[in-house]
Amino acid sequence: MTQIFAYVPFKNGVAGDVAFEFPGAAKKIDAGASVTAVVSGSGADLEKVANELTKVYAEVIKIDNTALAYPNAEIVRKALTNIIPADAIVLVPHDTFGMDLAPGLSIKLDSAYVADVVDFEGMDGTTLKLIRQELGGAVSTHVTCNAAAGAVITIRPGAFAPVDGGASGAVVDKSGDAGDLSAKRTFLEVVEAEVGDVDITKSDVLVSIGRGIEDEDNIEVAQELADAMGAVVSCSRPIVDAKWLEKSRQVGTSGQTVKPKVYMAMGISGSFQHMGGIKGNPFIVAVNKNPKAPIFQVADVGIVEDILDFMPELQEAIEEL
Amino acid sequence: MEILVCVKRVPDTAENEFELNSEGNDLDRDDLVYSVNEWDNYAVEEAIQIVDNLGGSITVVTVGDDEAEEVLRREMAMGANNGVLLSDDAFDGSDGRGIAAILKAEVEKGKYDLILTGAQADEGAGQVGGMLAAMLDYPYASLVNKIEPADGKIKVGREIEGGNQEMNEIELPCVLSIQTGINEPRYVGIRGIRKVASVEIPVKGAGDLGVDAGSVGEAGAKIKRVDYFVPDLGDGAEMLEGSTDEIIEKLIEKLKAKGGL
Repeated sequence: MTQIFAYVPFKNGVAGDVAFEFPGAAKKIDAGASVTAVVSGSGADLEKVANELTKVYAEVIKIDNTALAYPNAEIVRKALTNIIPADAIVLVPHDTFGMDLAPGLSIKLDSAYVADVVDFEGMDGTTLKLIRQELGGAVSTHVTCNAAAGAVITIRPGAFAPVDGGASGAVVDKSGDAGDLSAKRTFLEVVEAEVGDVDITKSDVLVSIGRGIEDEDNIEVAQELADAMGAVVSCSRPIVDAKWLEKSRQVGTSGQTVKPKVYMAMGISGSFQHMGGIKGNPFIVAVNKNPKAPIFQVADVGIVEDILDFMPELQEAIEEL
Repeated sequence: MEILVCVKRVPDTAENEFELNSEGNDLDRDDLVYSVNEWDNYAVEEAIQIVDNLGGSITVVTVGDDEAEEVLRREMAMGANNGVLLSDDAFDGSDGRGIAAILKAEVEKGKYDLILTGAQADEGAGQVGGMLAAMLDYPYASLVNKIEPADGKIKVGREIEGGNQEMNEIELPCVLSIQTGINEPRYVGIRGIRKVASVEIPVKGAGDLGVDAGSVGEAGAKIKRVDYFVPDLGDGAEMLEGSTDEIIEKLIEKLKAKGGL
């Protein structure tokens, strides 16, 4: 029987959303697998999360140690290496913590490693078949993974439907098995994001710009359309990297989480890191000159045009209403 | 500070529309435009700024074929001092672990304080830096967007969710994967490219590195890409078509209905 372990991160005593998506992913790997959640941390928060997870996992392993109070990937890796059997399949979220933890964990467990998986097509003997995306989501790939000696797999958040209850599991305390938790990397502090002049999280309509804006001067074109719509200008990561707009305007997993009614994605390719910042199922309009842009897979309405031509025309038409 | 930066030649996502070949099992690579992986330029720029402040030198390394030499030259034109091409037919078809094993062998030939990679490349896995660090037993931090070297240690900021930054102190030597936005990579002019055009770049194969050919390449890979596929256009979206005026008319109706106007 396939043994699957799901490492569940949590914050402020609440399990990450992906905790409820792992069971669905595990089922697609092998419907008959045993699936065990693993949580590490310290104190009451850990206890609370472990108990919460028994509703969706048959077994929840708890590793309690003050060294694990903050999720330092090097320390978590050491604990997991001592507790998880090397030939198991280990699921980790593909987020900023998972990217820190999982590649090194696969080396220490001497397992295969597959990152950012969006779907599984099941096991064929010890070969796991799965689907990934490459080139920023422009192409998808079928991949085989030799899981005979175990595998560490990071799961794209949101790729699998969440489960709601269905189990009445038990918590197993393996704190004593964690071993040496010393580290060459020390956590210092979290520096909170600065608050910008405009709060994009409060706006019902966002005109959001990406690489397609081409030049800093063209941001004015988007601002004029936003003004005509009573909207606010937000952006994707490259605009912030180029320092054309401040970080507080960035939508995405590494930026702000927004919940508008209407999201105008202008010249945005639609990477999952960007889409991960859009919640609440808004009406998404995508305008992009590349007909193969991944954004067209997730938008409600798609328009293949150059935003620099399209935005002024749309603005004019709206002003004439 | 002796710094090694791992770079990669990749298809440029901004310059290409990706199509499948006639067999449908690979990208049509005939007309693809290649460039340096975007994240790697930030890693090289960061290395240059560190060496400008503290002294030392920068070596850029890549695993690839003859054509991969062009990205080494570009990064040397940017300011890296040396380039090394790790190239061997035995390396073809390596998975992330294989690439990390090849790079590990090169790291052990030198004496580096700091090894930088881009946070991710064309495959989007973001795996090689973390694997390399674990193989070397060096500490690691991913998605680094701030570096402050101190004596024998380094203070790094990592990008985490919600625009926040996680600060850590890491012992040297270490491996860091560099996130975009940490700096502004400098422009590389034609003069810079010409200056390094005739610099000799050593090429090392499995034998030079002492890498067991069976442990890398396709033979050693636990992960294999079977094929590529491109999802159909407009799978999710309703595509608006017609003249721009017609499109705008339809769009405005929808925006009114959804509360966008």
